Amino acid sequence: MNQYVVLRVITKLMIPVILLYGLYIQFHGEYSPGGGFQAGIIFAAGFVIYSLIYGLDKAQEAISPEAAHILAALGVLLYIGIGIASFFLGGNFLEYKVLLPDDHAGETFGIIGIELGVGITVATVALTLFYSFAGRERD
Amino acid sequence: MDLLIQHLPALQVVLPMLAAPIVMLMARAPRLAWAATTLTTWLTLGVSILLVQQVLLHGSISYHMGGWVPPVGIEYFVDPANIVVLLIISLMGAISMPFALRSVEQEVDKAKHGLFYAAFLLANCGLLGITITGDAFNIFVFFEISALASYALIAMGKDRRAVMSSYQYLVMGTVGTTFLLIGIGFMYIMTGTLNLIDLAQRLPEVNDTGTIRAAFAFLVVGISLKLALFPLHLWLPNAYTYAPSMITVFLSATATKVAIYVLLRIIFSVFGYEFSFSELNLGYVLMPLAMLGILIPSIVAIFQTNIKRMLAYSSVAQVGYMILGVSFASTLGLMASVVHLFNHAVTKAALFMALACIIYRVGGVSLDRMAGIAKQMPWTMAAFVLAGLSLIGIPLTVGFVTKWHLLLAALEGGLWPVAVFLLGTSLLATIYIWKVVEAAYLKEPAEGAQPVREAPMSLLLPTWALTVACLYFGIDTSLPVDLANRAAETLMGGYL
Repeated sequence: MNQYVVLRVITKLMIPVILLYGLYIQFHGEYSPGGGFQAGIIFAAGFVIYSLIYGLDKAQEAISPEAAHILAALGVLLYIGIGIASFFLGGNFLEYKVLLPDDHAGETFGIIGIELGVGITVATVALTLFYSFAGRERD
Repeated sequence: MDLLIQHLPALQVVLPMLAAPIVMLMARAPRLAWAATTLTTWLTLGVSILLVQQVLLHGSISYHMGGWVPPVGIEYFVDPANIVVLLIISLMGAISMPFALRSVEQEVDKAKHGLFYAAFLLANCGLLGITITGDAFNIFVFFEISALASYALIAMGKDRRAVMSSYQYLVMGTVGTTFLLIGIGFMYIMTGTLNLIDLAQRLPEVNDTGTIRAAFAFLVVGISLKLALFPLHLWLPNAYTYAPSMITVFLSATATKVAIYVLLRIIFSVFGYEFSFSELNLGYVLMPLAMLGILIPSIVAIFQTNIKRMLAYSSVAQVGYMILGVSFASTLGLMASVVHLFNHAVTKAALFMALACIIYRVGGVSLDRMAGIAKQMPWTMAAFVLAGLSLIGIPLTVGFVTKWHLLLAALEGGLWPVAVFLLGTSLLATIYIWKVVEAAYLKEPAEGAQPVREAPMSLLLPTWALTVACLYFGIDTSLPVDLANRAAETLMGGYL
């Protein structure tokens, strides 16, 4: 669809807004509706619309399927890493308040951290799903 | 060490969950991925053994996730009822991994090994999570984790039909977990809590409402789908037949067992014996279904020519035995069911491993391809026969321990027709196992069939480890029977 100027221009204008909105949902997750899952999907939607208009190859230049794989694993590791870190600081699994000296700061830090992990994994898994459907050759 | 002991319940689930993404990153080094997975399963087994020890020494353990006190927070609750199941899952994971190396290398595309083992760890983590958690919604989440991982694992089978059977399982499994979720939702509406212990305390006040009865029905039907209770078993034969051999071994030994455990938890611990069996007469529903579930799949098994499929049908029949024990609604019957969880896991895993050895050498396990195989693979077939005897329930095998206790429970309840039925159906198992023995020992190999060698050591050793376990625990029954007794008493006592 590279030849449609209107689509190309509008998409280019919209993508930064979509990504920014995704980040907003991500970092406001702990005190307003939203969080890592929704943010990840919105973030991935930005890449999906880009590849619909500019082609799969261009989108995969930005985030290659391998990179998406690795990021998906790293997101989960971030989540579990924070959980395990609280073992060693004297709390139970995922007990955020021990992460920082101040209880309240620790909880905020912990929840933002794990939501970030969720966001990264959801975005890259959604992207991987899109890649594997879009990349299928016709039989 | 104190730190370790204190966090054992969390580690039980977190270890495989932590290892899964790491293994996924090892896509370029299949052997490394295998080694990391094996290490994880053995560490998980270690955690299970320590948990058993802790529970037997100090009683039940409650672990508060994130430091939130239950019933608000999620609680991991380990008591004599679920340590048995935890032990079965992690033991089967640990034994099937050494076996996996050669078997998976042959059956699964090399580029997918990292993902395969990651999915295996997630399935493991999900099953352990279902068992250990004390939170109803958490049960649903872990059911989905283990189920989604199993769908992916089954679809990785060599046969093209693997994808179809995985899809079939996906549809049925999703219906099952949706029913489970509806049931949990209804309980939450009526009580405002998701913690199992808290539910057990609050449900009696609202027991007499249609909502709770509907919740109970949804839960029982949903879980019955997952545990493949006849006639809700249709996903199972295909899934077991076309999955990679190692996955058949693992799932047959664990997945349905965990669902049975959840059923026991719900009907005995949460709703309580009184409500389930006196008010709603669950026994009258479960007993006929269990008996039909033993009879019909056993007969269907006799007519199968693919041995993997035959054993899959036999698994449905064995689920029938477990549910039959539950339907007696007595401590003895319950104990027979719980001990059969362990016995069937060991027996069926040994049988499927022996088949996997044959698949490794021959490429398939149809009856005609197995003709005369016993001369070429004597050790494998010997293991198959011994485990087969255990499946039938010959004395001095674990299968007999179950049959004996089921028989005692049936007689204790005055149900002598059921006792006769139990003895009769053992004959059906004899017929289908004999068909394999006849083909392997008495028939001559087909003309032009390639002679094969005995399976490699890495496949034979785990197979024989399980076969020896079938015999050992059939003679020295103290460990499984003791654990099952404690589990049955805990379940009968409810949470209160």
